[in-house]
Formats: sequence, C-alpha cells, structure tokens
Amino acid sequence: MILYIKLAWRNVWRSKKRTWITASSIAFSVFFACLMQSSQLGSYDNMIDNSARFFTGHLGIHQVDFWEDQIIDNSFDQQELIQLDLSNSDILIGVPRLSSFALASYGDKTKGAALFGVSLPLEAEFSYLKRKLIEGDYNNKGGVLMAEGLAANLNLRVGDTLVLMGQGYHGVNAAGKYPVSGILKFPIPTLNQGAIYLPLETLQEFLSAPNMISSYSILLKDSQDTELMRSHMETILKDKELGLMTWQEMLPDLVSSIELDYYGGWVILIILYVVIGFGIFGTFLMMIKERTYELGILNAIGMNKYRIQAMVAIEIFLLIFLGVLMGLLMATPIILYFWSNPILLSGDAALAMEKFGYEPIIPFALNFKIFYNQGISIFVIALFLAIYPMLAIKQLKIIKALNE
Amino acid sequence: MKVIELKSLSKIYNPDTIPVRAINDVSLSVEEGEFTAIVGPSGCGKTTLLNMIGGLDARSEGSVEVGGVSIQDMSESQLTTFRMQHIGFVFQAYNLIPVLTAKENIEFIMVLQNMDAKTMQERSDDLLDRMGIKDQRDRRPSELSGGQQQRVAVARALASRPKFVLADEPTANLDSGSTEALLDIMAKLNEEENITFIFSTHDQRVIDRAKRVITLEDGVIVSDEHR
Repeated sequence: MILYIKLAWRNVWRSKKRTWITASSIAFSVFFACLMQSSQLGSYDNMIDNSARFFTGHLGIHQVDFWEDQIIDNSFDQQELIQLDLSNSDILIGVPRLSSFALASYGDKTKGAALFGVSLPLEAEFSYLKRKLIEGDYNNKGGVLMAEGLAANLNLRVGDTLVLMGQGYHGVNAAGKYPVSGILKFPIPTLNQGAIYLPLETLQEFLSAPNMISSYSILLKDSQDTELMRSHMETILKDKELGLMTWQEMLPDLVSSIELDYYGGWVILIILYVVIGFGIFGTFLMMIKERTYELGILNAIGMNKYRIQAMVAIEIFLLIFLGVLMGLLMATPIILYFWSNPILLSGDAALAMEKFGYEPIIPFALNFKIFYNQGISIFVIALFLAIYPMLAIKQLKIIKALNE
Repeated sequence: MKVIELKSLSKIYNPDTIPVRAINDVSLSVEEGEFTAIVGPSGCGKTTLLNMIGGLDARSEGSVEVGGVSIQDMSESQLTTFRMQHIGFVFQAYNLIPVLTAKENIEFIMVLQNMDAKTMQERSDDLLDRMGIKDQRDRRPSELSGGQQQRVAVARALASRPKFVLADEPTANLDSGSTEALLDIMAKLNEEENITFIFSTHDQRVIDRAKRVITLEDGVIVSDEHR
C-alpha cells in the first residue's frame, strides 16, 4: 500500500504544471463556493436573527386568533403565563410584548406609528434595543423611545412631548402625552420609520389593557432547535387557549425568500461545479491517454487491473485532496475575517438592501458544514468523473496499449 | 524439464474479413535453462509469438503451456497473476516505471507478490549487485543510461523468480558496449543459475551468444538450430 501511495504521489507530481493548474481550479471553486455559501448563510442568519429579535422571536405565544387578526382585542392576560414554568436550558430569553398602532403627533405633523410596549431591561437583552439608542436616556420610565426616522418626520427631539391617539382595548379611546426620552436608530427601515417603544405598563395604561400582552416572544440559543422547542412548549401550553407559532410560520415571506435565494445560490454553485468538472475531467482524460502505454506495461508485467485502478484512484484522491485543502485554507481566514467584520454596504447597494427591509451589511457565517459541504461536493464530483479512468483501465487491452 | 510447449499455435488477424496469419501452426518446446533467440525479418511474427507465449496476446488456434499449465483458457485476471508469478519481461524500450528508483522498480514486482520486506530487500540488493548497478540503486530511470536501464529491467524481470524471461529486442536501443555487458550478465545468469531466456532479436551479437536459434518467416518456423 505504501508503494502504491508513493507511486501515486510521484505520478501526481510528474506533470507539475498540470497538477498545479488542476489543483488551483479545484481550490478556487472550493474557495468561491465557501465564500458564497458563508455569505448566504450569514445573511440568512442575520435576517432571521433581526426578525426574531425585533418582531417574532423564534417562538411566539399569542392569543389563538391574534396572528390572523393582529388587534389589541386579541391580546391575552400575561398572568396566564406566570403560572407556567417556561424555563428551559435551550431558551435564551423570553419577553412580553404588547403591540398596537396609533397616530403620533407633534406640532402640526401627524404620522402613523407602531407602538411596542416592552420590558425595557429585558428588551435590552432580547433585541439589543438599548444599543439602538443614539440620543437620550434608555431607562426613563415616564417617556417613550422613538425611532430616528419617525422623530425626524415629526421634527421631534429628546425632551419634546409626543401626542399619541388611537383605539384602546375593546374600542375605548386611547390618547396620551409622553415626553420623548430617547431616539433609537434601527437598521431595518420599516422600524426606523415608524416604531415607538414604551414601557409595557405605560402602553397597557394607554390602551386601557392592564396586564394584557399581544405576545410572549421566545429567543432560543440556536434557531435550529425551533421545532424541538415547539414540541416542548406545546406540552406546557396544552391546557391553555393560547397559540404557539414558530418564526417560520410567522414569517413565511422570509422563509420563502431564503429558500429562493438558497436554491438560486445552488444553481450558481452547480454551474461553477460543472465548469470545474470539465477541467477535472480533462485532467483525468490526459492522465489515462498519456499513460496508456505505461499502464499496459504495468498490466503486462503482472499488475492486475484492479491494482492499477487503485493506484490511479489514489492519484485522483491526492489531486482532489490537494485542491480542496488549498481551497479551504484560502477560504478559512477570509471567512473568519468577514465573520467578525461583516461587509458594510454603502451607496446604491445599501439603499437597495434597505428598500427590501434588510440591514445594509453582508455578514458571513462560520459553520463547519460550509467547508464540509463544499469539500464533499467536489469529492463527489471527482468520484463521479473518476468512473471514466476506472472504466478505461478496465477496458485496457495490453497489446493495443503497448502499440500506443 | 519443459518450461514452454506450443502446439499448432496460430494467430490470425481479421479472421472475418481478410485473414492474415501472423503465426501459422507453430509447434515448439523450450527446456529449462535454454538461451534461445527467435530471429527473422521484420514482420515475420517474432513479437506476436513472444506475446502469445507471455500471455499478453490471445491465440487463434492451438495451445500454449507454460510449466505444464495451459494458459489459453485463463481469465484476464488469472493471466495477469500468472505473468507476475512465472514470467519475466524485458522490453526493447526498457519500460521502467519513471517515478520509481532503480531499486523500487526491482522491488515493484515483489510488492505485487506480497513478499515480506526483508526478503525483498535482500533480493533487490542481490540483483542490483549482480547487474553491477548497486551504486545506481537510488536513481530514477531518467538518470540512468540506456544500458543501466536495461539492466534494471532484467533485474526486475528476475525479481519474481520466474520460470523464464521473455526479452523482446532487448539490445535494440543499446550501444555495443552496453549490449555486450548486458549479454554477459544474461549469459552468466543462464549458465550459473540455469535461468531460461528467450529473445526475439535482429542483433547478430545476441544470435551469436544464443544456444538455440529459431528462425521465423511469415509466421512459420523455417529452422530450429541447437548449438
């Protein structure tokens, strides 16, 4: 076996230029494929994380009709949850939220606004709301926190008084005046143009809905565990008339767009693989055609064809391994860098991203599966293409080979 | 003891269209320890005959027995193993494995035979010594002269302790000095160790050293001279 490996290794380096060209083409395909998948998965993780943190959580507990008809009347009493033991090691944090809509007015300007009643200390951990504060005081209980875009539209500053008007629980009028204690800046344009955050009790009072919440949002340590936790939570909630939804159910558009983009990415990868596949096949073809005479000699002096196939298979493995290894070594530091330093988009690209409601960044995912998948994909392609040399050796005719 | 016995052996090319009899009804036997040259003009069938004796080419008619074993009904895989165990080959163009050193080339057949490392080492050292190329053991074929390469090829052919060695025009690419040196080695092996050699050749120097000369013409043995 050692001689086979030695023989295969030396054969690989008989044509150094060809080996380097083939290995480089494999390396670049692995490199680009890893980078592409890392940025894709990184973007998905970021979108899911943003949406889960700001809107739905990975799991959301609501009144059963709430998701179909998101009105204040479909909220539920948070006392129902207090009796339950929702603690679980897979849960990162859970937060109560009350949401509604109202008209926000200052001076002669009025805008529609989304109101979020939250526990400010918990929300600082859940959605990192405190990090969005660009001006004012986060923990001023008497005031509201306004999104930067909305504040600008209303020409409001910290310390000004905002008037809110809307409909409260069971149709009562809701109106109130609140000092603006802070300005928040969100990466997501829809939030930045219309969100107002109030302490939960303040919004409950404004809407005449004491103790009522629209949702209890749960953030998991790993979004991949959503289905697992759903089963667990369903058991806990079985006696309650409350609905439990996953982020996939609450954000079907996000799921669709991720799937569409993911498969689109695979189409590009497949095209890349096909191009690389032809390159690899060309090398395999030459590997056999150039050496037909030599392989004939090996067979003539007593090397069985399966042994010749094994030797060539080791050569193919070494060549592909070299290429894949080079590709992974090239991709790893770059992915590591962009994983900790996402690419910040600017100009038109940033505007386009914001238009679709996404943060104008390209985050990268650091996941072993990315490297594994690309390495395995190339190996599978090479394995498939290796059928040709294996068949060519099987069909080798000694006399014909010796006359080459 | 007979190492080779051919009975009414024929090789017919294009049997269904325009049949060409490259070997025509050849019968002969070769005894152990013979130093035989098969001679004849180009295209007379020397290489074809050698290929059939060595199990590289299939016969059309007749039979080939090597060491009392009929080889014509063996499967391709069985034939390959048989060649490895019983027949040594020396080619005109040396045909060493270019990426292996002289020593590794000699050991290659022994690796295929799953010989243990110690025996392999001893045998390859012994062969290198007898071929007079011990100091070239770690050189690759491209670093050796034609004569040295052919000596490595002979050593490789002998490594598996074959019943006989088939050499197809072994001196065709060698200068006269190398030819004489190679013939000396092969003659010595034949005389001292009773190793059977069968050559196909045009080379008068080889013919002069042969103990038996078989002349082929148009695929037919026209003379068989024992000296």
